[in-house]
Amino acid sequence: MSWRKKDMTGSRKNLNDMQSITKDRISKEGMMYLFEKNFGRICQNDTKPISEIRGKALSSFRELGFPNKRMEEWKNTDLTESLGKIYDYNFDPVSGVAGKNIFQCNIPHLDTAVIGQLNGWYISKDVPLIELGNGIIMGSLAEAMVRYPAIVEKHLAKYAAFGNNGLTALNTAFAQDGVFIYVPDNVQSPKPVQMINVIQYTTDIFLQSRNLIILGKNSRLSLVHCDDSYNHEGSFSNIVTEVFLDENSFLDHYKLQNLNNNSTLISTTVMQLEKAAHLDSHFLSMNGGLIRNNTRIDFQGNDGVANVYGLYLMDRKQHIDNQVFVDHAKPGCTSNEIFKGILDENSSGVFNGHVLVRKDAQKTNAYQSNRNILLTDTAKANSKPFLEIYADDVKCSHGSTTGQLDSEALFYLRQRGIGEDSARMLLLYAFAAEVVSKINIPQLRNSIEDMIKKRLQGELQICEQCVLHCTTPEHPIEFNIDVSKI
Amino acid sequence: MLLSIKNLHASINGKEILKGINLEVNEGEVHAIMGPNGTGKSTLASVIAGREVFDVTEGEIKYKGKNLFKLSVEERSREGIFLGFQYPVEIPGVSITNFMRTAVNEQRKYRGLDPLPAGEFLKMMEEKKKLVEIQSNLTNRSVNEGFSGGEKKKNEIFQMAILQPTLAILDETDSGLDIDALRIVANGVNTLRTKENAFVVITHYQRLLDYIVPDYVHVLFEGKIVKSGFKELAIELEEKGYDWIKKEFE
Ligand SMILES: Nc1ncnc2c1ncn2[C@@H]1O[C@H](COP(=O)(O)OP(=O)(O)OP(=O)(O)O)[C@@H](O)[C@H]1O
Ligand SMILES: [Mg+2]
Repeated sequence: MSWRKKDMTGSRKNLNDMQSITKDRISKEGMMYLFEKNFGRICQNDTKPISEIRGKALSSFRELGFPNKRMEEWKNTDLTESLGKIYDYNFDPVSGVAGKNIFQCNIPHLDTAVIGQLNGWYISKDVPLIELGNGIIMGSLAEAMVRYPAIVEKHLAKYAAFGNNGLTALNTAFAQDGVFIYVPDNVQSPKPVQMINVIQYTTDIFLQSRNLIILGKNSRLSLVHCDDSYNHEGSFSNIVTEVFLDENSFLDHYKLQNLNNNSTLISTTVMQLEKAAHLDSHFLSMNGGLIRNNTRIDFQGNDGVANVYGLYLMDRKQHIDNQVFVDHAKPGCTSNEIFKGILDENSSGVFNGHVLVRKDAQKTNAYQSNRNILLTDTAKANSKPFLEIYADDVKCSHGSTTGQLDSEALFYLRQRGIGEDSARMLLLYAFAAEVVSKINIPQLRNSIEDMIKKRLQGELQICEQCVLHCTTPEHPIEFNIDVSKI
Repeated sequence: MLLSIKNLHASINGKEILKGINLEVNEGEVHAIMGPNGTGKSTLASVIAGREVFDVTEGEIKYKGKNLFKLSVEERSREGIFLGFQYPVEIPGVSITNFMRTAVNEQRKYRGLDPLPAGEFLKMMEEKKKLVEIQSNLTNRSVNEGFSGGEKKKNEIFQMAILQPTLAILDETDSGLDIDALRIVANGVNTLRTKENAFVVITHYQRLLDYIVPDYVHVLFEGKIVKSGFKELAIELEEKGYDWIKKEFE
């Protein structure tokens, strides 16, 4: 197999000389070759420590390779088909067809600071890094490596371990850009930050971006992180996000996934919580071909709180896999996981929750719950909440249910004159409400409620074919990409 | 005639429960159905409401002169059939307000009416709450979730008051009620009673019939109505129990 440079003719006209596109099936050998060939570009912004990390990560990947079904933690999610496709890989930013309304599923009436990524690259008109008056820095990770090497070095690859995870190793070795957010000590972000990661490309694309979110002591941030695709081409995204919550900080985190059916998204999010840090994390998966969320919460200080909520609505042959690992390494911490799924047609859902309570983590509170509704005989759910406890003074519980829609409740509603379809909707909607009600931002909650309703009525598709008829945002986000500035 | 049941046989999982029911209910009437546990009273109510788990194997039901079996569960409701459940089901996440607003508007749509404006709907909710002396905080809660037995039953009457059915079947709405609640439930029924509508009240206790005076009393036993009479029959049953009927029947 050879990784060849794709001949750049035809539709891609705006590419400058720096552009490189490689096109082939993904394999371990291929990736190694690709790294060597594009070494210069990949490492162009690296400081020495970051270069070293890349080197280590590459050796890890060489050892581990891509996951396969023989691995315990991958036995319910098969990447064979996703890895078997032919993808473009870009080592320089590519412009898409930067239409005005490329991203319409914005949240109406929500005033956010928007940062966008297109095909894994941070995009901006002319400011790759925004520095707000209050000290908040947000923008391109590539740029942050150059401008704030000390901060980046302190945190990058410190939380997302790659020694035993081939995909994280691959991302760590390859990632060139992504989003960087830094909230200094004692600063509260006045408005939510919305990170929009759009895939819009003319053929199947492989992308790996890396995000680094740092919250200082006593700081506060709301972060809405959207993964969207614009057209129907396939994609394989291997995204790693590291989040550091320093003492007493608060992060309200949302991951909103709405990708097309040909997409594969491996989203690894590792969050480290220092003393008394508080995390609310919401994983709202509306659509996607194959989604794997690897979520890891590390309590590294006492009295931390992590609420992790998940809602997934799958149909057709879609597959979602939520792996949540919570490490109670310190005493007095509380973790609370509620994951709910509605699985229709031939879709499948996996939940693997692992809570580890270490010996010293006394007074731990841990709760895990996963509930699934199967709407057809062919939909499947695989649920495995798991508690591993070595401390004795703890309160831990877990539960898991998988079943059909409650036929007695359905009859009750219909007996009052509510049509069967509406009654089903009401029940499904009520099922989802437990997770939706945890959304702290009212406008976002309304918008998600609306999306869920439409999704359950089979109306919600990804943008291009979107029948969502979402109100055109007052200020549509324009992707105006100036490649030279990135 | 509002409801006419002829030789109704129904079974579940191959087991016959109703074995030839005959019953006629006219507008303006109140019928009481009594009978020992497990003889098919709730089954009869469910079959009228259209519960699919029961198979009707023989017989017919005519409602307003039309074949009831041709109508779906929701159509029966929209045509005025209301079932007050013996065991109202809990529906977490659906508030009573949302539930009733949806029900009222779907019923209105069926009649070609526009949805009820929010203000008017809330006004109606308030009125009906007063009628059944139900607390406001109850209607903001999820349907029946965590309700006490009595609250669940009051909630059934509350829904009936909102939907104003033509034929209301109340399945043991009096069971588990204290004296005050019983009076409230009965008062709810009596307030709604007109010349145009009818009630079928399933009960084990003559006590309820002091408040809701029936025109007819039927005894259902082993899937058949084995005896019909007037309100005095209920008193007799209260005194003597069912043994004499069983004997008579055997
Ligand atoms: N879903 C079901 N599956 C199997 N058997 C059932 C089912 N529902 C009812 N039955 C049976 O049908 C028979 C009649 O039940 P039904 O609930 O109609 O009695 P009932 O007269 O209402 O009794 P009660 O006074 O205790 O409420 C009982 O033997 C009951 O076990
Ligand atoms: Mg009964």
